[in-house]
Parts: sequence; C-alpha cells; structure tokens
Amino acid sequence: MRVGLFVTCFNDTLFPASARAVVRVLERLGHDVVFPVTQTCCGQMHFNTGYQRECVPLVRKFVDDFAGIDHVVSPSASCVAMVREFHPRVAEIARDAGLARAVADTSPRVREFTEFLVDVLGVTDVGAAFPHRVTYHPTCHGLRTLGLADRPTRLLRAVRGLRLVDLPEAEQCCGFGGTFALKNADTSVAMGADKSRHVRETGAEVLAAVDNSCLMHVGGLLSRQRSGVRVMHVAEILASGEGP
Amino acid sequence: MSGVWMGMPAFPEAAREALADGQLRANLRTATGTIRAKRAAVVGERADWERLRLAGRAIKDRALRDLDTYLVRLEERVTEAGGVVHWARDAAEANRVVIELVRAAGSDEVVKVKSMATQEIELNEALADAGITAHETDLAELIVQLGQDRPSHILVPAIHRNRSQIRDLFRRAMPGAPADLTDDPVALAAAAREHLRRKFLSAKVAVSGANFAVAETGSLVVVESEGNGRMCLTLPEVLISVVGIEKVVPTWADLEVMLQLLPRSSTGERMNPYTSTWRGVTPGDGPREFHLVLLDNGRTAALADDIGRDALRCIRCSACLNVCPVYERTGGHAYGSVYPGPIGAILTPQLRGVDADPVSASLPYASTLCGACYEVCPVLIDIPKALTHLRGQVVDAHRGKPSAERLGMGLAAWVFARAGRFAAAQRLAALGGRVLARKGRIGRLPGPLAGWSDARDAPVPAEETFREWWLKNRGESR
Repeated sequence: MRVGLFVTCFNDTLFPASARAVVRVLERLGHDVVFPVTQTCCGQMHFNTGYQRECVPLVRKFVDDFAGIDHVVSPSASCVAMVREFHPRVAEIARDAGLARAVADTSPRVREFTEFLVDVLGVTDVGAAFPHRVTYHPTCHGLRTLGLADRPTRLLRAVRGLRLVDLPEAEQCCGFGGTFALKNADTSVAMGADKSRHVRETGAEVLAAVDNSCLMHVGGLLSRQRSGVRVMHVAEILASGEGP
Repeated sequence: MSGVWMGMPAFPEAAREALADGQLRANLRTATGTIRAKRAAVVGERADWERLRLAGRAIKDRALRDLDTYLVRLEERVTEAGGVVHWARDAAEANRVVIELVRAAGSDEVVKVKSMATQEIELNEALADAGITAHETDLAELIVQLGQDRPSHILVPAIHRNRSQIRDLFRRAMPGAPADLTDDPVALAAAAREHLRRKFLSAKVAVSGANFAVAETGSLVVVESEGNGRMCLTLPEVLISVVGIEKVVPTWADLEVMLQLLPRSSTGERMNPYTSTWRGVTPGDGPREFHLVLLDNGRTAALADDIGRDALRCIRCSACLNVCPVYERTGGHAYGSVYPGPIGAILTPQLRGVDADPVSASLPYASTLCGACYEVCPVLIDIPKALTHLRGQVVDAHRGKPSAERLGMGLAAWVFARAGRFAAAQRLAALGGRVLARKGRIGRLPGPLAGWSDARDAPVPAEETFREWWLKNRGESR
C-alpha cells in the first residue's frame, strides 16, 4: 500500500526519530511510504491560539500537499485531531466552499499512526522487541478527540519483552496544551508535576505516548528532576527489534 | 478579599497565587475527586445516559431557538397565575427592580436562596448600598458571606474552606454562635440552622433564582439540598426571583429529562433532596406577591454567536469544574467571576465581552483544551470548540496593536507558507539549539521562554531534520 507521511513541523524539527520509526515500521510491513516534501504545518498552533485567519493559508497548503494520496499517516494525535476536527471549521471561517470540499476530501484520509496500523492495516503485532518496563499516557487529543481507546496499548502489549504498567490517573491531562504551557506556565507545570509524579510511581523506565509535544513537557520535567525515566513515542518502541 | 469581582488580575497571575496555597490545592483535590467519583457512579447506572444528554441538548436548543416566543409565553402564564414579570436588560436594571420591590414591601432585609444570577449581578452589594441587608441562607453561601469572601465553585461555593476554618469563621462572625463550637460538621450545621431559622421567620422578602422556568405552565423550579430554599420560597410575604432568560424550557414534560440530568451531574445524586416548584401566588398559602425578574445581562449577545450560544444551554451543574485539571489546581477565584471553571471560561467573556477587561480576555486561554469538560457536560456543550472560537475573538479584537506574540505568529505563518523557508528556519533552530545545549538538553532559557524552562528542560533540535534524512536516504520528492 502507498502511504503518505504527514510528519508534522514539530516532529520534523525536534523529534525526527519518531518519524523515521514510522517509516521503518511501515516499510517492514511491506508498504511504500511517500513523503510530500512541500508539507510544513497543519496550523494547529495558530488555530488553538486564536490566529484563525493566519491558519487559512496553512489549511489550503495542507490539502494541496496531500492531494491524491489515499492514506496519510502521522505520529501526532493532536495534529491529526486538528486536521480531522478543525480543518472543516477553518474552511467555514474562510467562507470558501472550494476549500471546504477539498478539506472534506482530505481530512478523513488522515490517520494517527496507531489508528492506521490497527484500523486500516489490521495489525497489532508489528514484530517489535523492547525488553523494558513501560507506562503509557493517553494524550487528550488521542483519547477524547480521535477516540484511540486501547489501540496504542494493544500494539504495545504485542511487543516482545515489553512490560506495560498502568499509569495512575492516566486520563488526566499532562498540562502541556500548546501555548498554554507558556501563557499559563505555572498551572501547566503544576499539572505536569502531578503527571510526572504518577509516572515515577509506576517504576517504569520509559513513558510512552502518541504525541511528542506532551512528552516534551512531561519529559522536560522528568529530565529536570533527574528522574532517569525516558520518554519515547510509541512509534519508536514499535520500530525497535528486528521486525517480522 | 473583597466580595466583588471586577479589577481582578488576569487568569495566569491569579492562578499563580492560588497554586502557591498548598491547603487550597489539597482541599480542591479531595473535594473534586469525591464528587467526580459520585457522579461517575450514578451516571454509570443509567444505560440511557447518552440519550438523556442528547434530549437535554435538544430541549435547551429548542428553547433558545425560539426564545422570544417562549419568554412571552412564560410572561403570560406567570401573569395569569398572579405573578408580576419584570424585564431587565442588565445588572443595573435588575438590581434597581429588586431594590424598589423590597422598599415597596417596607423591608430593609431579605433572605436569599442560593442563586448564580443574583451573584452575577452583584445584587447583595447593590442592596447593601441601598441600605438593605441580604442574608444568604445556603450553608456554603453563608460561609462565603460571613467571611466577606467570594464563591469558588458553582455548586460548592466554599469548596476552598475546610471545617476548622469554618468553625473559626462562625465563632468570629455569626451572631449567636456558641463559644464552644467545635469543627464537627453536625455542630456547625446546627449552629447555622439556629442562626438562619430566626431570619426565615422574621424576613418579609425573599430573593431566589431558578433552575428552570417552564413556558407552558409559568412554573418556576428550584432544586436544592438543605431545605433553606423551601423556607425562603414559602415563608416570606414577597418572593422575588431573578432568572436568566436562558433558564426557560418549553414544556413541563421537559423537566422529566432535565431533573434526571441535573442532580446526577451536579451532586452525584439520583435526585436532590428538595425540589420546589411554584406558579404565581395562591391565596392563604405562601407568598402574597411573586415577582419574576427576567435577566438578559449579555445573554442575547451570546445568543447571536453561532458557536458561543451553546454556553447558554448550561444548567449550572458544575460537572465540568469537577473534572477540569486546571480548576482542580487553581480553584475558582482565579477565574475572576462567579462562573469559574471551563463553563466560566466561555460564559464570562461572552456576558462581559471578550475585550471588556483583562480577566475576560485571559479566560478563553485558561484551558489546555483537554476535553474532559465536554465528556461530562449533561447538555453536550462543546467547551473546547467554544474556547478556540473565543480565542479567535480575543485575537481579532486586538488586531492592529503590536505584540511579541502577534509578531511571532505572523512570522511563523510566513515561514510555514513555503517548505524552503521552513527548512531554513529549521537550520536556524538547530544552530540555536547547539549554542544553548548542555549535555544533550537545554536548561534555563532567557526572555519569553523562561516560562517554559524554569521547571522544564527543553529538547535540543535534531542535528538532522526528518526532511533532510528523507532527501538523503529516500531521495525522491513524493
């Protein structure tokens, strides 16, 4: 199958290993990954901060960049939520019927990585091996907007040697929230401090999630606390080992 | 701490102050955790909960879509039943109506049923200025009033106080409180009851709000837990109810749905202990005069907004506060309004205007958009959607005024417009990262990024971006 990669500007710049892991897993499963090099940003930061007018050209660009690709996959639940839930709204704000049609065509074809593996490819065992104690934080956009449910943990449980331990109060937000982390830094850190305390309580070596943005926040706290806990995108865990 | 809200600092500063209060955070964590669990249990036992929510949304939407019709119908039915309807455009008009009615009754005091609308219009302060004393009779509202404090939760206004703080307050400020009063909840409630009973029996005028106003029958509905409301609604000679225009429901049968949604979402009970409904006046039974003050105070402006209007569906259950991770840590005062938490973050800026004051402009940003509120809302208000919508209004209201954020967002939009510009920006970021990095991480940063780096390390931008890796290893463009 030909699969388009929507890397997201954030992963492209700060966490390219997660995107390389997506390529590795998909190619190992025998699929053909394409990367439209003109892609930049889905507009989530602008939209969520209130710069919705500035967001319109980014949505236009997105639908052009990914036109004609049947399946688009991304290692970011929040960017996929932006595309699926809010690109239609941006087209509405722009009062552009043509853009609305293009969005209606593109958005449903964009899927978060674990969602794509389980729902489209029908795979839960990708042949990975990762002999470590791991805890999983369901990020809010993945959990509530996309409804990923147990897809990520089904994939993790199938990894050889991986011991998945429950995270207390897992479904509570970590406090990142995009520009919230800067605008309301004190509240963001207070939320993140509770999340990182729960992570340490599990005794896990690795905290996994499907959003590197949330992991950057919680991981930034865990690193400052010299906790020794690593944060890793689920895709990187699924790419470890020899494969099937 | 004063009793009124205006002039509060914006959310981030108020939150910082609240976060430093360890006792407050512990109180909130325990209280919200307890209510959350109770709600989840009673909601979980209803297999048709999602259908009830859809029905609740449909009822409120129907009422709001034809609000003009239903309000006029309500006025007709209330008038037929012997009540008098007053229309108030804003807080000042509503307060003036109430003051005139109390004076006409020849009284200088009123007993009050817990009511959000009267707090919104700061009725107690307006009455005090007119020489009229208002006695709050809900236990928690009494605690707030005696402490010259502000409510911090819609349902549990004194959630920020624990019982030893309440005992000290009663001893200090409640007339007739026993000198040996303990912090036993039963003893505290008994002392308050004795104090309040005298007020119920002496007051000639009562002021209430209402949870629902039924257009079809002209009935008002108050749900409560303590029975103080029932006392206020039945004992005094004159009853004045100040009710937001969005409280109307079309038919009596609609209450079947709403009275299932509200207690379960609110107190986590299948049914609340006291539900009072009344129509107009009944000779020889209850108040001799009934006045209904219908309050707009920004509601029609919210109704004109295609997304913002959903906030008018709110039935003030406070389920969204109890699940909100931001509220759980900051408490209600940080929201600078009688409506705290997620619903306050979308309601307050609409009632006051997004650009009315620094608090209102900061409230749509007082959320991580985690969506926990939407998940529990009994009338399906998509609060995250409304938050981003209102953020757009805040930004648009400030267009043309330079700011670092606006400059940054404009620059980012320019960079993202072309992949070439983005790749160049990535190279700059990598360069900057190498300058700042120590041992593979970035510690404390200067300037606007200090908010991030005071407690959090930052990642170092990768030596090789994904697109560089792709072009090197896969080569072709698509």
